[in-house]
Amino acid sequence: MAAARTLSQKVWDRHVVRAVAGEPDLLYIDLHLVHEVTSPQAFDGLRLSGRKVRRPDLTLATMDHNVPTTDLSLPIEDPVSAKQIEALRRNCEEFGIRLYAMGEADQGIVHIIGPEQGLTQPGMTVVCGDSHTSTHGAFGALAFGIGTSEVEHVLATQTLAQRRPGTMAVTIEGELGAGVTPKDVILAVIGTIGTGGGVGHVIEYRGSAMRSLSMAGRMTVCNMSIEAGARAGMVAPDDTTFAYLEGRPYAPKGAAWERALDEWRSLATDDRAVFDREVVIDAADLRPHVTWGTNPAQVVPIDGAVPDPAAFEGSAREAAERALVYMALAPGTRIRDIEVDTVFIGSCTNARIEDLRAAASVIDGHKVRAGLRALVVPGSMRVKAQAEAEGLDKVFTAAGFEWRNAGCSMCLGMNPDQLAPGERAASTSNRNFEGRQGRGGRTHLVSPAVAAATAVAGHFATPEELD
Amino acid sequence: MDAVRVVQGTAVPLGRSDVDTDQIIPSEWLKRVERTGFGRGLFADWRVDRDFVLNQPEYAGARILLAGANFGTGSSREHAVWALQDYGFEAVVSPRFADIFRNNATKTGLLPVEVDAAVSDALLAAVRDDPSIELTIDVERRLIAAPAAGIEAEFALDDFTRDRFLHGLDDIGVALRYEAEIAAFEHPVVV
Repeated sequence: MAAARTLSQKVWDRHVVRAVAGEPDLLYIDLHLVHEVTSPQAFDGLRLSGRKVRRPDLTLATMDHNVPTTDLSLPIEDPVSAKQIEALRRNCEEFGIRLYAMGEADQGIVHIIGPEQGLTQPGMTVVCGDSHTSTHGAFGALAFGIGTSEVEHVLATQTLAQRRPGTMAVTIEGELGAGVTPKDVILAVIGTIGTGGGVGHVIEYRGSAMRSLSMAGRMTVCNMSIEAGARAGMVAPDDTTFAYLEGRPYAPKGAAWERALDEWRSLATDDRAVFDREVVIDAADLRPHVTWGTNPAQVVPIDGAVPDPAAFEGSAREAAERALVYMALAPGTRIRDIEVDTVFIGSCTNARIEDLRAAASVIDGHKVRAGLRALVVPGSMRVKAQAEAEGLDKVFTAAGFEWRNAGCSMCLGMNPDQLAPGERAASTSNRNFEGRQGRGGRTHLVSPAVAAATAVAGHFATPEELD
Repeated sequence: MDAVRVVQGTAVPLGRSDVDTDQIIPSEWLKRVERTGFGRGLFADWRVDRDFVLNQPEYAGARILLAGANFGTGSSREHAVWALQDYGFEAVVSPRFADIFRNNATKTGLLPVEVDAAVSDALLAAVRDDPSIELTIDVERRLIAAPAAGIEAEFALDDFTRDRFLHGLDDIGVALRYEAEIAAFEHPVVV
């Protein structure tokens, strides 16, 4: 009998081109996503060595990190950003790569458009020069971020030399309470295992709470696996996955669809498979979460307070002390008493249509607190169009939100959407690092529902507080 | 990449855990399309502070960065590695590296030296005590030493990665040797 294997091991095994003891495996890559920031030096490398892109048909590029989200008919103000955007356009032309360019109907954040187009499928290997590539693991794909040297490697060879990662199960069992969202699940996971808790491992999210999540919810969870240090995050494909994929532009059709279903159903972790590490979390214990510090593991439930660094040991204490200075917060401050200047709803973590619906349902009939800046940046132009068809844009703008075009935007502040020094944001993005949203800016990570309620209340709040 | 056999020189005692790549090279620097010139952006937001360790004259010219645990978390930006190298660092010492940072470092010849927390603490203390102390990192023997402080310790580096450092191998060139295997994977023979 074949040895019992986990989901990630099965997907790995299907892609080994060459395996030799003592060396990393040479792994075949099924889908390579490319964006403007981490690719120009890789294309330069190809030109220098006279190499071609081996499989342009398995490569897709988009513009997301740098793009303005305001009026797209105007030229990009920042000449350095404009040059980088232009470099991607030229590189895609020269090497024959499909490009969803700024202003096009299919453009959007790279991790939103892959799934949206049906390009991301169960059992695939997916890479991108972006750490949040782990998002695609929600489909049962093995998806991970790579650096520019590896981008060049995949462009030239469609393979990557990789060491087999360890396996880790994070099981979330039970039913999520009212108002507890996928974002709260992953923030709680990171708070539990820490920023280095998943290093060297692929996390498989399991348990009844995970099974009950939509694909959007699973993507939010997998997206932030990297914030726990994990190589990737995955969820076994099931009927929810298949229902999402069926009929999407690049999903298999007809007989190929039926064959694909049989194959995808065989990917789930075998009953007798053993994980290298296991963590179990009780879904019933979870509450909406808010980060207080400068890494995503520095997080507490919204009903809690900013912790005292003295409660931590060693380097964690030092990190907490530094974080509180940067965040200008005193130990013991109730999270609900912290006021914000800015609310950002967007990013590859939380800018899908489901996220916008969740935020809009909270906002509907309310006004953004006077003096507070609030913006919604849809994850893709398709999400934007869908939201407009549902009238969500009207709900947001009537409440006082700005309604933008698709892009990474204020998640990392590479375009003009940034925090000013000292400004404090409730953000549905994925990183609360120092300066992440603009030099001196202070970021608190939250779910779309909490972000929306906070925009109305002016301080951290849950939706039920608004009524 | 160029071969790296021994790194020898003084070190900067950064310490600090969870140094993410947004700190190593802030995102405004990522708009550049070149591979060089990132050294000026290294720890840009922290260098504004006159007291920041990199601004201390006694650590000028150091080749080794002594960091805390979880170094290089966050974004996959290889620019973080380029910035460290462009500034003049040839090795980073930490009790634990983020996976993507470590991968990126090994691709471009920045040596990631993973040591026990106790060794890391001892090295930090020694360098803070005497900034002129010399460290030697021997890739072949996988040893890091600060003889003047009586420190010598092994570090973790798998054989394959060590050999790549010692010989300065080009990964893409190596993978293209397996063209036949790649082609066979793309077009399996159906029996």
